[in-house]
Amino acid sequence: MSSPTERSLSYVEALQEAVAQEMERDESVFVIGLNVDDHKAIQGTTQGLIDTFGPQRVMDTPLSEDAITGICIGAAMAGMRPVHVHIRMDFLMLCMNQLVNMAAKAHYMYAGQVSVPMVSRSIIGKSWGQGAQHSQGLHSMFMHVPGLKVVAPTNAYDAKGCMTAAIRDNNPVIFVEHRLLYSTDAPVPVEPYTVEFGKARISGQGTDITLVGVSYMLVECLAARDLLAEVGISAEVIDPVSLMPLDVDTIAASAEKTGRLLVVDNAWTAAGASAEIVAAVCERQAGTPLIVSRMGYAPTTCPTTPALEKGFYPNAATIASRAHAMVRPNDPAWVPDVEPTLPHEAAFRGPF
Amino acid sequence: MLSDLVSNSPFLGEVMSGNIPADPAIIARVYRSLRLIRRTEEEIARIYPSDKIKSPVHLSIGQEAVAVGVCDVLGDDDVMSATYRGHAAYLAKGGDLRQMMAELFGKAGGGAKGKAGSMHLVDMKANVLGMSAVVGTTIPIAAGYAFALGREGQGETERRITACFFGDGATEEGVFSETLNFAALHKLPVLFVCENNGFAIHSPLSNRWATEALCERVATYGIPTHSLDRDDVFTIRETAQKAADEIRHGGGPQFIECKTYRWREHVGPGEDYDDSYRNRADLEPWQARDQIKLTGDMLDAGERQAIDDEIETAIADAIQFAEDSPWPDPEELFNHVFAD
Repeated sequence: MSSPTERSLSYVEALQEAVAQEMERDESVFVIGLNVDDHKAIQGTTQGLIDTFGPQRVMDTPLSEDAITGICIGAAMAGMRPVHVHIRMDFLMLCMNQLVNMAAKAHYMYAGQVSVPMVSRSIIGKSWGQGAQHSQGLHSMFMHVPGLKVVAPTNAYDAKGCMTAAIRDNNPVIFVEHRLLYSTDAPVPVEPYTVEFGKARISGQGTDITLVGVSYMLVECLAARDLLAEVGISAEVIDPVSLMPLDVDTIAASAEKTGRLLVVDNAWTAAGASAEIVAAVCERQAGTPLIVSRMGYAPTTCPTTPALEKGFYPNAATIASRAHAMVRPNDPAWVPDVEPTLPHEAAFRGPF
Repeated sequence: MLSDLVSNSPFLGEVMSGNIPADPAIIARVYRSLRLIRRTEEEIARIYPSDKIKSPVHLSIGQEAVAVGVCDVLGDDDVMSATYRGHAAYLAKGGDLRQMMAELFGKAGGGAKGKAGSMHLVDMKANVLGMSAVVGTTIPIAAGYAFALGREGQGETERRITACFFGDGATEEGVFSETLNFAALHKLPVLFVCENNGFAIHSPLSNRWATEALCERVATYGIPTHSLDRDDVFTIRETAQKAADEIRHGGGPQFIECKTYRWREHVGPGEDYDDSYRNRADLEPWQARDQIKLTGDMLDAGERQAIDDEIETAIADAIQFAEDSPWPDPEELFNHVFAD
């Protein structure tokens, strides 16, 4: 129900509003990245910022992701709060040296003499031919390195609250977005607010199995929960929201209650967020029997053709099927008879 | 060229070329800075075999003039960025000597409580940005710092500048070219200074550069360049002074390439002229015009002695400070992972 101080916004509008409000509130905030000031405005997420704040604070860049990341770090050390935007997460690989060797370490290596308050925004693509290099979810690489925070909000409310919190945070924050979440709506307060990092959200309660959905896979997990309900299985769905810090307590408490944990990542499983979450919960559950499983991208490069791509990603049906097998191991395998593509995903058309 | 004459003639090599400041206070100040760095590093090399310094040291001995010539024209409010071979720049910019020595000893009294060591010296009170052991990484960060400072001034208004030191190897990294382009595009108040000592660890320029026309490469970005083929401290100083004035008044970045020579091994306290990659004869022309000796000879003997005595006292005090400083508490391991 929308109140006078809350209306329905899309994920895109929520991101735009968070950045605009923080730029209004704090002169040290600026937005930088290729095409942040153009007519397409990064799918609308930087819409209007150039008109309101001008080219000094909304800056297009050369294709120099390595140097621009370093420039953001230096500006942040000098007291500014850069928001560095990448249209695809794959491009963060060009920033890896600066993010891992400098941004993550500066506060520690220089024993607090500087801090690096910056946000690296990046978007994971899916479907309509995103292929090998526009589809990667590489968040686990950043979770590995002390000094970086990693957040992956899955709805418009958390998008605004996490972005506001990320900009105000005094550390480098890797902000993981997913292209298919952009058109989703949620009630979003008008006033600025923050969503605390390190607090998971229980997105749907249940008693038989815990599903953890990372980034866009949270949406698929919620759809899987509906499918499971039809066969009498009650799934609890958890959105970690923030991956570093990670709210192990909430996930572990749920897993202890249900006795089963299935983590579905919008990424590969090997050495990934799903591995980390399962391991952290198992360590916490020492002595308690717990059935665990992981799902994620197929262990292949992402193919471009839809004929192969559909087998690359987990979806509501495959998640429900796996969950069913965990809850009722003695039953015949069950695959719900549904289209693998959710309605908003079917509506998505390229080019991005 | 004068430099050729100098290299080929030990007699001419002992003559300081032009650009000697009229103000004797500047000569004394430059000498003091050069001598402080040389003697500090000689003491580090002396202590090193005792294993009290548990940090790789990349000594600047022989290269002091570049750091001193540039830093002498910077104000306290100006900013300096340097590399893992950063002792010279750190001290030349006014970094705290006691904290530096304690940092090398890994003690709590170090500028970074021992977390940094020699390769990551920092002293933000002196506007010394933290140093890095990954070649080239500090170049965009210095530019980013300058980007932030550049917003303080508009047009002809004076602004603080950032001097960014790096070696010849760093100019081969992609981020160097990326940063030059961005700095020129946005007229950032940054003075890029390449300390070209001719070696990346042991690899000579001839293995790495298609041509030695570094300044020509940089100039294509629209950046004024200055090529100095020897490390005459007062020539460096005058070049830096003029460049800094123009940058300070909104002229955008400039670039100095200064040839210099690393007298000691790449890392560690010793010499390495018996190794295969270079000969002692290569060192001799540089030693013949040792800037410390030449500037010292310009001073009155009594004044020089007073400076030398003061330096010895300061270094002894810093070593004692490092010796006396406690080890960091074990819980310090977990401090500063994240900023509050």
